[in-house]
Amino acid sequence: MSERLAQILLDSFSKILIPGLTVTIPLTVIAFSCALVIAVFTAMVQVANVRGLKQLARFYIWVFRGTPVLVQLFVVFFGLPKLGVLIDPFPCAVLVFSINEGAYCAETMRAALESVPRGQMEAGYCVGMSYFQIMRRIVLPQAFRTAFPPLSNSLIALVKDTSLAATITVSEMFMATQRIVARTYEPLALYIELALIYLLFCTVLTRLQAVVEKKLNAYGVY
Amino acid sequence: MLEIKQIHKAFGSLEVLKGVDLNVEKGDVVAVLGPSGSGKTTLLRCINFLETADSGRMIFDGEQFDLGHMSKKDIARLRKKTAFVFQSYNLFRNKTALQNVTEGLIVARRTPKTEAMEIGRRMLDKVGLSDRYDYYPNQLSGGQQQRVAIARALATNPEIIFFDEPTSALDPELIGEVLGVMQQLAREGMTMLVVTHEISFARDVSNKVVFMEHGVVVEAESSKDFFEHPRQPRSREFIQNVLNRAQGA
Repeated sequence: MSERLAQILLDSFSKILIPGLTVTIPLTVIAFSCALVIAVFTAMVQVANVRGLKQLARFYIWVFRGTPVLVQLFVVFFGLPKLGVLIDPFPCAVLVFSINEGAYCAETMRAALESVPRGQMEAGYCVGMSYFQIMRRIVLPQAFRTAFPPLSNSLIALVKDTSLAATITVSEMFMATQRIVARTYEPLALYIELALIYLLFCTVLTRLQAVVEKKLNAYGVY
Repeated sequence: MLEIKQIHKAFGSLEVLKGVDLNVEKGDVVAVLGPSGSGKTTLLRCINFLETADSGRMIFDGEQFDLGHMSKKDIARLRKKTAFVFQSYNLFRNKTALQNVTEGLIVARRTPKTEAMEIGRRMLDKVGLSDRYDYYPNQLSGGQQQRVAIARALATNPEIIFFDEPTSALDPELIGEVLGVMQQLAREGMTMLVVTHEISFARDVSNKVVFMEHGVVVEAESSKDFFEHPRQPRSREFIQNVLNRAQGA
């Protein structure tokens, strides 16, 4: 490796990592947190069979799983201003990723909720608990444990998908790298460097997943 | 104490309960016997509102209720006076044995935690699980799980406990420990309504037997009379069959 290339990679490392820490990670964390809230709500109205809301939930999942997130980003960022709705790039990315990811996680949560044996619900009623008490204390904790590995999957996927936010001018890691490439003409080395930083992020998440799963396993496999 | 009159329940076109009457006095241990599909479990589930009966009346502690039109409030109120033990235990799997017992006290009845824990330990001791407070359900055998379920039922100090085939899911070896606990409760005067296939329990522990078939009560008798002088030919046949099977095994 030439000395120049080594210098470029060294200089660019922090220039890529910093937008990673200040944009990619906040974007991921905020969007995924919102997605989880959406997912729990969307899954619960389906499992509880709330009329109207259940159909709305199915429609929402159908639309957002059935269209590319890239297209969704473009519709909101470049399309909505036509209707007078102008959103800044970062909040726009948070919004689209939350809603898109929410649709996927909702299905994960629904499956997990349905996997909790129904008898526990009845047992809860019989000891005098209300629907919401049973949900919060008995069903949801078990559902979250079941949902945790697939939800971790979604989170890891989201870390990488946030690179699409570059297309709506969010200056996250991918855009930062593109800029350096444009200046230095070293696409191969720089994009590999970027890939390695994504890999680093995801490795941390994978480790975290393992630790949390071990914790959740405290009350055994069921 | 608990009286059921003309309870009806159909699932679609399948009539499961065709006007069943039932009478339980305080301190009674009533065994509900009958072949599979006779409607015994549905009867029990309707009485505790896990299924909604189509029609029928219930008198509980002198209060009348229309089983076809129960308000949520009444259901919640009645459930606080009763307890249910399931065939498949239905323990809360994310809670320890002790937490399973205290959950209903702490959450539904707002019993202070220390008091609930004390009751919980006492109930687990009573069913012989003093060394299993902090075990999760999946770390317990079926018999132990069912005993936790009985402790959970006892904790809320119910006026009556409903048992839905409490030993049917157990290995033959483990049935004894659960029946033993139930027998002890019967001796202490607990009112129990027990759907069961355990003929020996019906004969030796219960004081009344209700024999059901095809959604109707064929015979309701004191347990002594039922086994010694069954009046209906169908009852005789049933007892004969069950006893023969017991001897064969």
